[in-house]
Amino acid sequence: MQQLVAYTVIGLTTGAIYALASSGLVVTYVTSGVFNIAHGAIGMIAAFSYWQVRFEWGWPAPVALFAILGVLCPALGLVIDRVALRGLAQATEVTRLTATVALMAAFIGIATWIWPPENRQPFRGFFDGNNVSVLGVNVGWNKIIALIAAVVVAGGLRILLYKTRLGIQMRAVVDDRSLAELNGARPARIASASWALGASLAGLAGILLAAEVQLNVVPLTLLVINAYAAAIFGRLKSLPLTFLGAMALGLTEAYLLWGQGQSWFPETIGGFSTSGLRQATPTIFLFLLLMLLPQAKLRAGAARVRERSAIPQWNTAILGAAVLVIGSIAVTGMMTRSNTIYLIQALIMALAVVSLVPLTGYAGLVSLAPLTFAGIGAVLMSKMPGDGNVVSLIAVVVVVALIGAVVALPALRLEGIYLALATGAFALLVSILVFNQGKIFSNGVAEVPPLRLPGVDLSQPRPKAIFLSVAFAVVGLLLVALRRSSLGRQFVAMKDSPLAGATLGMNLVRTKALAFAMSAAIASLAGALDAGKVAPDNYTFDRSLPILLLAIVSGVGSIGGAFFGGMLLGSNTVLASIVPSVSNITQVMPGLIGLSMGRNPNGTASQIATGFRPVTSHPQSLLTALSGIGALWLLTSVDIISHWGFFAALVIWGLGIVPNLPALAVTSGRSRALCLLIAAVGMGIAAFFDDIFEAVPTGGRLLAIIVLFVVVGNAIRRIHTPVAPTSKSSPDLMGLTGFTPEELSQSDRAIKVVP
Amino acid sequence: MSGIGEPILELKNISASYDAISVLHDVNITVRRGEVMALLGPNGAGKSTVLKIASALMRPTQGSVHIAGHDLTGAAASELARLGVCTIPEGRGIFPNLTVRENLEMAARKGLSVSVIQERAFARFPILAERRTQLAGTLSGGQQQMLSLARGLATDPVLLMLDEMSMGLAPIVVADLYEQVQAIAAEGVSVLVIEQFARTVLGIADTAVVMSHGHVRFSGNARDVDEATLSSAYLGTK
Repeated sequence: MQQLVAYTVIGLTTGAIYALASSGLVVTYVTSGVFNIAHGAIGMIAAFSYWQVRFEWGWPAPVALFAILGVLCPALGLVIDRVALRGLAQATEVTRLTATVALMAAFIGIATWIWPPENRQPFRGFFDGNNVSVLGVNVGWNKIIALIAAVVVAGGLRILLYKTRLGIQMRAVVDDRSLAELNGARPARIASASWALGASLAGLAGILLAAEVQLNVVPLTLLVINAYAAAIFGRLKSLPLTFLGAMALGLTEAYLLWGQGQSWFPETIGGFSTSGLRQATPTIFLFLLLMLLPQAKLRAGAARVRERSAIPQWNTAILGAAVLVIGSIAVTGMMTRSNTIYLIQALIMALAVVSLVPLTGYAGLVSLAPLTFAGIGAVLMSKMPGDGNVVSLIAVVVVVALIGAVVALPALRLEGIYLALATGAFALLVSILVFNQGKIFSNGVAEVPPLRLPGVDLSQPRPKAIFLSVAFAVVGLLLVALRRSSLGRQFVAMKDSPLAGATLGMNLVRTKALAFAMSAAIASLAGALDAGKVAPDNYTFDRSLPILLLAIVSGVGSIGGAFFGGMLLGSNTVLASIVPSVSNITQVMPGLIGLSMGRNPNGTASQIATGFRPVTSHPQSLLTALSGIGALWLLTSVDIISHWGFFAALVIWGLGIVPNLPALAVTSGRSRALCLLIAAVGMGIAAFFDDIFEAVPTGGRLLAIIVLFVVVGNAIRRIHTPVAPTSKSSPDLMGLTGFTPEELSQSDRAIKVVP
Repeated sequence: MSGIGEPILELKNISASYDAISVLHDVNITVRRGEVMALLGPNGAGKSTVLKIASALMRPTQGSVHIAGHDLTGAAASELARLGVCTIPEGRGIFPNLTVRENLEMAARKGLSVSVIQERAFARFPILAERRTQLAGTLSGGQQQMLSLARGLATDPVLLMLDEMSMGLAPIVVADLYEQVQAIAAEGVSVLVIEQFARTVLGIADTAVVMSHGHVRFSGNARDVDEATLSSAYLGTK
């Protein structure tokens, strides 16, 4: 009995922390309409920063708390709102979701960089060592404080949102932003206020949680899953229900913990160990809740300008496939063995990225689990009899496709963030409950046999790289065929307007399941063809995030874009290995690239994101871009430019200059010469970076690189494209933005609407 | 009655475009104090764009917006609202997930307390008092329109702009609402009414502007708007 009371207290206090985290999530969602995937990451950053000032610098606890919750977190919230999300107010839900995924990836990268795992000291909670006796059970002060904080926050939020003018304005802005503005509210300020508040709540939860589970980047970030589950319990609206959900979750976890110590608790179910069960509780909770959500209402296509990618043409697709295969044969002939292995990794990544093309690009469904399917593919391939037989590969692909469809079935009723969360929960569940089983990965390793083809030895890097290029080319061509087929049109129709699709007699369930199956099948190739020893860590949820990010940033509707995204992911490894001093930056890169999406459409950073798309569809520019990178690599490998110089030049080239290449190709005369001059000066500074910035520490150098690329990129863009007057897109004109004014006035005259 | 008061809203040489597509060409409109102006024209004529520009929800590419003689081109919409420009956008200008009371509270600002707003609103539309704790989204269409009108008027606006108020409402409700609009104008508030259906509004308007394809085709006394003017604007006949 005494034990039961003890575990109840533990459950309630854990629940209180979850409640704090989830209330912050609900507040930002209710007031800004953005479901912040990065919420946990903010809490994680707050916990680490608190540890830094409290235990490393020895600040007194109240000062440290104020510095983190009163200054750092609100500032972080403001920056996120201003930099990452403001420009996305009119964007689709998927885009906004991706921006917060980018944030999460960036924060994880930053934290691993600033606080490397090897020099972390223990994190002590408030009044550590002092306990209070509650019903005969000793409870730490940290837990008591968590409980009190949760109650105070619950009451405070209720009053704020329903009784104060700011709160009512916050809710009004979500209802109708421009109407609120017409009533004198200032939506921008209100959104900033709610982000500042949400970040502080995340920070508080993070600090309280860190005292319980210690400092660890990914677990602290992912513990927010608990918050997601509680928030979903409250349907992302109701704070009381959210608190209730958090408490229920905390108690379930505590009782499971208690149960696992009891003799009656089964150690294995059906031969599978139950040890991961408690860890998986919140995720199971989340998954079940999502399954119980009511069917999403069919919506008509909202009138807004969407991102559209052109229908791929056969001649360019075949040309692209041929160039890829011939190129890989030529390139691998010159490459060293280790570089070929890097290329193989990049190609595997490209396969994983391209798996999102039918699902996210065509059908508009988000998945946070591409690598989970790759992992299942790898495991099945390693278990399959036949030792790398082609028939086994086909069997693996078919089975994973079926798994994809089955997983999709319960998720089919969901949309937008709910669907994304369900796929994320699936990824976590597979990681915790399946991949961690000794039966699946024996001693944490699985041996994927190389595919056996007659006359080719795929255990050697070069044939393997060439084979993977061929595989990517084939997948690409199949996707082109799909996009041009009636099923492909159904995918796109479902993305545009499920309602219209359904009224035209489309079977949405079948279409969605097929999209998931195809995506899973392609992703399984990324696992099954990755021969060698693989570990479950290769296929975790947090590794899937950069895949989704790069897919979306590099143009998820286009196969060329997916290839580019894969190469970019692969190049991170290359960069980290040849430039060890900047390896940390490469961890932050995907996040930063994804974030750039969120900038104002006329800002610099979004030019980077959208800027890559024209490059991937403009062969000369793509060639120039890649030769530039090759040249830099060459110059670095013969020690003409230093590692820092290489990195700086790569950033200036890749982010500042490459996006401008297609436009430069059609500019001429003086402005072109001027652009080239600016580019040359920028690259020159970058190449001799080490000499110029000799005395500057790492942070300053990074800042200098960022300033340099912003200046160079902006200057070039301003010169070749004069600044257009700002105007909002017309709701009446969806899809009509591709016309030039001349074409429009021509058509106006043709249909005699103007005299 | 037209042309007596000083200008309250002046749009001078306004051109506007959505990205590459220009929708207004050199539009000049002046609304004077206490005047009810009807802004008419077929679908796509640019009426709603005029309203967006006048309420600062959108910036013109050329021209200027003057309120009571002050150049306010480029000001924020919230700024204009605080200066007494009240806009009721197309399709019920209410917040569906706030209660009636909270909807009214949105209009409160320095020097204008919630209780005063409620008093004024409930005096004008008593039905709203009964529904004050109800979510605004659950009101009937006519009541929603009353709520947005009541909230707008409680702020003592100098200029009231209504976009397609009659849309989706029963004719009898529309007649009721327009009666209120007439009463408001009699109190000295300038009113700009946008309607696609000309007959409803010409009865209460002093002046009228007829637009088509982004051009002002007619501007003058409401009584002078005849079949010929309308049909040439709506049907393109000369």
